Amino acid sequence: MEGEIKKDSVILAEDLTKVYQMGQVEVRALAGVSVNIERGEVVAIMGPSGSGKSTLMNILGCLDLPTSGKYILDGEAVETLNDDQLADIRNRKVGFIFQSFNLLSRTTALANVELPLRYAGKVPDRRDRARVALESVGLGDRMSHRPTELSGGQQQRVAIARALVNDPAIIMADEPTGNLDTKVGKEILDLLLSLNRDHGTTLIIVTHDQAIAAQSQRIIHLCDGLIEEKK
Amino acid sequence: MNIGQSIIEALETLSGNKLRSGLTILGIVIGVGAVIAMLAVGQGAQNTITGAISGIGTNLVFVISGNDLLDVRNPKPLTLGDAQAIGDPFAAPDVLAVAPIIQGRVDVTTSGQTMSTSVTGTTPQYFSLQNYSLLEGDFLTQENLQGNASAVVIGPGVADKLFNRRNGVVGETIRINGQPFRVVGILQSKGGGMFGSQDNQVIVPFSTAQTRLIHRSVFNKVDQLYVQAVSAKAVPLATDEIKQILRQRHRTPVGVDDFTVFSQADFLSIATTVTGVFTIFLGGIAGISLLVGGIGIMNIMLVSVTERTREIGLRKALGARKRDILIQFLIESSMLSLIGGIIGILLGWFLGYVVGRIASATGNPFSPAISLNAILLATLFSAAVGLFFGIYPANRAAGLEPVEALRYE
Repeated sequence: MEGEIKKDSVILAEDLTKVYQMGQVEVRALAGVSVNIERGEVVAIMGPSGSGKSTLMNILGCLDLPTSGKYILDGEAVETLNDDQLADIRNRKVGFIFQSFNLLSRTTALANVELPLRYAGKVPDRRDRARVALESVGLGDRMSHRPTELSGGQQQRVAIARALVNDPAIIMADEPTGNLDTKVGKEILDLLLSLNRDHGTTLIIVTHDQAIAAQSQRIIHLCDGLIEEKK
Repeated sequence: MNIGQSIIEALETLSGNKLRSGLTILGIVIGVGAVIAMLAVGQGAQNTITGAISGIGTNLVFVISGNDLLDVRNPKPLTLGDAQAIGDPFAAPDVLAVAPIIQGRVDVTTSGQTMSTSVTGTTPQYFSLQNYSLLEGDFLTQENLQGNASAVVIGPGVADKLFNRRNGVVGETIRINGQPFRVVGILQSKGGGMFGSQDNQVIVPFSTAQTRLIHRSVFNKVDQLYVQAVSAKAVPLATDEIKQILRQRHRTPVGVDDFTVFSQADFLSIATTVTGVFTIFLGGIAGISLLVGGIGIMNIMLVSVTERTREIGLRKALGARKRDILIQFLIESSMLSLIGGIIGILLGWFLGYVVGRIASATGNPFSPAISLNAILLATLFSAAVGLFFGIYPANRAAGLEPVEALRYE
């Protein structure tokens, strides 16, 4: 039984804690969180600000290491890795989508999507893969546009293509619709959900929005660094 | 990450802020330009001076009275007798030729023109010692010397000034200090020498000079002896032989010599040392401006790292390793300094050219020499400046924590 869970689990985290030292004061952002997310799941992480959801996302996305606890991402134990190995894991296994898009304004949509592949070592068909990813988010005709020439929704689509391009095990979206109006936000959410439906991409969405959470299969509620899980 | 692509990306980034990049590059341009120009001027000065020394003749040894290192009481003057003794092939086998020199200032006139110039009284050997060649006429002869002849060989500058021409002057008469002399030859131009232009001198037989033009307290006194050794290797031997002979004749076999012998090579090495120090000095001062330019690069790269903290965070989130970020910023700073270096080389070359033009316009022909070494040195040095001053900012960028950097506003 135990082995079966591990096989299907893309994220298996046990008793994660994270303690920040703010001057003299110790801040306990996570106080023992265990998460098990299976391949192909859509999970929403919710909670009030200061509940530790950003910290959890950073750790699950391998941007940060937990103070203690175990974390296995797609079969690799993360907590023992060094900076470069973490960078490698982020590159291969995680796709990030941010609230503020975080595109490089000087380069084209295509170059932005290509960026993760450039850090992936030798990828022979880089340009083609980036093109395919852009087409899959419906921006095949906007490849040579710069981010400033695109609308907010289009920019977020570029960011989604960028998250997809390396074919990651999970996509982590941090308030992906936070900077968009409701209509466009819904389109972006639909796009993300369709990725999950069509390709089985595991989706972890950090959000405040009940409407988004309602569309996920599972909601993880965080409060004061602890989980109160609901279906 | 592939370096070619990184370079293109760095250039795109730099061109995204043209004014800032341009001003930073300007600092390096001025630094490199100044270094190149100063090295060129120094090298040019060295070439001119060593060229002038070599132009005097080959394998020369100079003898003057007195001792420039130690104080000697009543040094005996050098005389014609000394010159003859040194010219004795049995006493000094390594000496090829000796020319005694006596020099002074005279007024030279023709019917219409007057000029004040230097006169040299010497022997026929002087011309071969000095590598002189003639535009027309002949050198002075042994007969001129023995006959106290009123014959004169004039430099081309003198011909220009007195006759406004350089041809057909042989046979004309000029007056030196009021006494008539017949022009027997005109020298070819040799350009400026160490002690004023050799083109403006007049040369008369030694005997004529000392009896009629230059009066010295001691008869047959000589100002200098020019001695030519048989070969470059024989210069030290010839020097020793001259010293032996003069010690005997001056009766100073022990104790301090009352004369000084130095060779052209001594002269050359002194001149090379002096101009070398001069070049280093100029280059060093110019190098300070290159250093300031480098600090400019560091400053702008630090600003850039701060401005692009989020970008760095994003790149790290997408999988950039420390090394990738480090290289990205190092390439940017190196590009700044490399572009500055290339433009600076052109500027330095131009400055050197201008200095050369100004020098020749003011009558001191002098060509600044830009050596390949100087260009290589400046290019390498500016690239090194870019790397060195880029390392700290790039390290700062590479060391940023992804979480912190992404959160940065």
